[in-house]
This record gives sequence, structure tokens and C-alpha cells, in this order.
Amino acid sequence: MSRRPRPTVLLEGVEKTYGVGDLAVRALRGIDLRVERGEFVAIMGASGSGKSTLMNLVGCLDVPSAGRYLLDGIDVARLDEFELAFIRNRKIGFVFQSFNLVPRTTALRNVELPLVYARVPKAERRERASAALEAVGVANRGHHVPSELSGGQQQRVAIARAIVTNPSLILADEPTGNLDSASSAEVMQIFERLNATGRTIVMITHEADIAAHARRTIHLVDGRVDHGEREAAAVVGA
Amino acid sequence: MAVQGLLSNRLRSLLTMLGITIGVAAVIILVAVGHGSQVAVQKQIEGLGTNVVTIMPGFSFGSGSGGFQSSFTQLTLKDVKSLEDKNAAPDIKSVTPVVNGSVTAAFGSASYSPSQFVGTTASYEEARKAPVEAGTFITAQDESQHARVVVLGETVVENLFGNQNPLGQTIKLNGIGFQVIGVLVPKGTNGIQDQDDIAIAPLTTTQDLITGVTGGLGQIIVEATKSSTVNAAAQEATDILTPGHSSDGQANFRVLNQASLLQTSASSNHVFTVLLAAVAAISLLVGGIGVMNIMLVTVTERTREIGIRKALGARRSDILGQFLTEAVLLSIFGGIAGVGAGLIGSRFKIVGVQPAVELYSVLLALGVGVAVGLFFGIYPANRAAVLRPIEALRYE
Repeated sequence: MSRRPRPTVLLEGVEKTYGVGDLAVRALRGIDLRVERGEFVAIMGASGSGKSTLMNLVGCLDVPSAGRYLLDGIDVARLDEFELAFIRNRKIGFVFQSFNLVPRTTALRNVELPLVYARVPKAERRERASAALEAVGVANRGHHVPSELSGGQQQRVAIARAIVTNPSLILADEPTGNLDSASSAEVMQIFERLNATGRTIVMITHEADIAAHARRTIHLVDGRVDHGEREAAAVVGA
Repeated sequence: MAVQGLLSNRLRSLLTMLGITIGVAAVIILVAVGHGSQVAVQKQIEGLGTNVVTIMPGFSFGSGSGGFQSSFTQLTLKDVKSLEDKNAAPDIKSVTPVVNGSVTAAFGSASYSPSQFVGTTASYEEARKAPVEAGTFITAQDESQHARVVVLGETVVENLFGNQNPLGQTIKLNGIGFQVIGVLVPKGTNGIQDQDDIAIAPLTTTQDLITGVTGGLGQIIVEATKSSTVNAAAQEATDILTPGHSSDGQANFRVLNQASLLQTSASSNHVFTVLLAAVAAISLLVGGIGVMNIMLVTVTERTREIGIRKALGARRSDILGQFLTEAVLLSIFGGIAGVGAGLIGSRFKIVGVQPAVELYSVLLALGVGVAVGLFFGIYPANRAAVLRPIEALRYE
């Protein structure tokens, strides 16, 4: 194993407990997960299986209660808030179910936002944001605010924002959850195309047909990775 | 980014700014009013002449054998004579008796009642700094001859003559003919009354025809040899008059020293100005609380946006900076608008006072306004900065 190249995501015995004492909820009960560079992994599970908690940990929005998490070889469990913000900015591109574009702000400016926090100079910011919008096929929508865009277009802008910093990992949380089937298909096409150009993608979903676009699917059951038969787990997840 | 935040809710931003605007404008205008009234009173007192002491008749209260009693003694021309004694009063340059009356002046079909009618002597011109613009002032000869002559202020001339030349014309004062021999240089208002609304006639003539001789003098104006001897002159006048005008050792006349009056009024006006500024400062504080209130609402409303920004890598300092900048911009724009409103507002007369804007009040109001925005912006901005990203993202 040690001879293989450095994985993008490496979780070892990760646990997450909310609350203390009798009220403690063990959302994750020891997760081992390895995502190699260039992989496209879907994480499936019923609600309450710990998907969201796992997503927050992998996305460096939260830190594990126990275990080790290496992102690109960096142990993030020990980082403080300032450093986590830096990691989120440079290493991770988020795509959310509800798009989460900043309202009343143009698509182009939304895409520029991570670069603003990375202190990229304005001219370069413009250029890279335009290129990212181009890459997801909404270059002509750059000067529209989110309320003027359809759901599918908003999600494309969100994907452009996720890739504009050239992150190590694209983390998508139910990216098609709020989209109709046509838009969903388009978004999944974009993800496949991005993966084909070498991007590492981790996608959380509860829809088996969406998960099917990924190269590998991991099932979560009650805070653990389920190593059972894939088809059976998929039925449970759906 | 902060500007965008403000623009996205224009009406609310404007209303919040209005709080600061009103506060800053209030400070500027009220300080200007305070200062303006100070300037007006000083001008008035200086107009009376600063090396001049005014003696007025007054009451004295004493508790004699018959219980509580008051006495009143009129000032007379005899008092004027005794004050003119150079041996007893070396620091007194001139003594001017003044009687006040009220007249109705008429010329042709025009009729007008000057607010001041003064019967006096030639030295009034210098003691009260009332030079003539055209013609001559009352002379000692007019005085001794009981001449029916009058010197008019600008306002009286306008009301009686319009554009005609008043010199040499005869007007009726309470039905008696007086010839106009001079017109005073206009002095304008002293903030309380129009100093040009005046008619001046010789003392003797006035006592003969208008006031009668029994009324006594309204006041005696004592001019000191120079401004540094005003206090000495006042003391000499007091010493001379006390024997004839006292009961139970209490003087029953009042000596008004212009210099000390000036000081008293300056200090009381200062208190007045500070008081006005304090009231205005409270409105500025209220404006600041308005900024804080709106910023708290904004932070709550934009919790999700804060979550997004944090997920994209915004640091605490980025969020803090954004919201603090919004608060400070609100107060800077509000403050600048307030300075504009204050300067415009200060051009108008307020309760009879022409406000005089002071530079320090403008800078202070603007500075405090911005500082208030900064101070009241810190708490909401900090609240935004410490939001946990997961919870902020989940916020609906």
C-alpha cells in the first residue's frame, strides 16, 4: 500500500460524536476510506447513515472526534479554524444540493469569490472565473444574478466556482437533489467530463442512478462503511 | 463587496444612514446656533463700546426699623455734573446722560414708531459708537438751544422716507416738528434688536417736549479714558454716586461694566453651547444604535451567505472586515450627508440666531459619527465572523 501514490482522501478510524454523556450521538463509528487521485467516488446511504457528517469532515467544515484524516497528505484533524479556512479555499471545491450561490451577486462574481479569499489579483480573477464558466457552458450567463438563472444553470455556476481554484478534491453533496432529470443528466455529464480530465470527485447521493455515474460507490450504514454486496445496499439506499 | 451588500438593500441602508446624518447635522447646527448666539451677544456688547460703563437707576432693598422696605432714587443731571469732576474721577473721559422715550414719527402720510427713542448729548456719538453717515450728530449748541433736531437710524429713514433724502426735512414726533440733521451709519442687528431702529434728539429738547423733566435719566453712560481703566472708572463712578443714592448703606443704582458683561456672557454662552452639543451627541449615539440594529438584522438575514463564504475559504477576518466595512461605510456616507445638511441648515436663522458654523464641530461630528459606526459595527460583525460554517450553511 505504501508504494501506491499519495491518496487524495485518507480516513483511518474516523469517529464523530455529537453531544456528551447519555445524550451523545455517534454519527460516525469508525470509518476507513481511501480516495485516490483522479477517482470519482459516490457515497450512498439512507438518511441518518452519517453521510452529511462524513461530508462535513471530508470538506474540512468540521473536525473528527477520533481517528485520522489526511487530505492530500495533510493531517487536518489538528488544524485550527484559520488553517481550515485556508485548506477549504485551496484544496476543496464544494457543490451543494441547494447551489448556495451568494444572492444578488452576479455569476461571474460568485465564481470569483474563492479567488478573492485566495488573494488573487483582480485581472487574473476575472480571467480564471470566465474560463471556469466557459468550461461548464454558462459563459454567456456571467452577468446574471442567481435569481435570473434556472436551477441547472445555477448548479453549473456552482460547479464553476468549485473548480476555479483548481482544488485537489471536488466535494458534491446531493448535486442533483434540486434538479429536474434533464438538468441532472447535464450536471452529471459535466462531472464525468471533469473526472475524465483528472479531477478527483467525491459525491454524496441517495439516488442509485446518480451514483451509477461514479466509478466506485461506497455505502454507509449506521455510521459505518458497509462492505456487503453492492446491489443489495443500493436497494436499501434507494 | 461591502458596497454590494449595502446596495442590495438600498432603502434600509438609506434609513440607517439617516440616523447618522441627523445626528451629525444636529451636532453641527446646534453648535453653530450656540456659537452664533455667542457672536451676536458679543457684537451687541462691543457695539455698546467696551471701554464704557453704564449706570442705571435701580432699587435697593434694606430691612430698616419699619421692616422690609425699598428705596428708589432717580439719576439726575446733578449726578452727571458730579461725575464730570476730573479731580474726583481722573479715569472718566466723558459722561453722557440718556433719557428714553417712546414716540410716533410721521412724515407726510408715512408714520412709524422707532423701537428706541433717545434724548442725549453730543458725547453719545463717541461713547455708543454711533457715527453719522450723512449730516451731523447732535451738537452742544443744539443741546443748549433746545433745538428741535433729530438724528435717525437707517430703519427709521426707510420707513418714513423710502428713497427720499431725509436731511433737512421736518418730521413730526408725537405731533411736534423736528428737523432731520443726520443719519447714522447702519449697524445691523445685534442678534436681539435692530440697532438701526433708533431716533436721537438733544436731551434738553426731549425733556421739554417728549418725556418731561421729572422722569429722571434712563441711564448715564460713562466712558473711560481707555479700555484698561474701565474698572477704575466704574469704581470712581460708584464712589461718587453712593452718598446721594443709597439707603442703609446699600447703593440703589446699578453699574454695568461692559467688559465684565462680555466675560459673563461668553462663559454662560459656552455652557449653552456645550449643552446643545451634548443633546446633539445623544442623537448621534441613537444613530449609532440604529447602525448596530440594522447590522444585526443583516447578519441574521445573511447567515447562509456567511456559511457559503466560509465554505469557500473566507477567514474570520474576511467576514469581520466585510461587515465592519459595511457599518463604517454606512456611517461615513451618513456622516458626509450630515455635514452637507448641517452646513445648509446653518445658513438659515434659527430662533432668531444666525448660526456660525465652527470647523471643529464639523470635524468632530464627522469623526464621532464614523467612530460610532465602527464601535456599533464591531459586535454584529464579530457575531458573523464566529458563526460555525456547518450551522450557517444549514440556516434557512
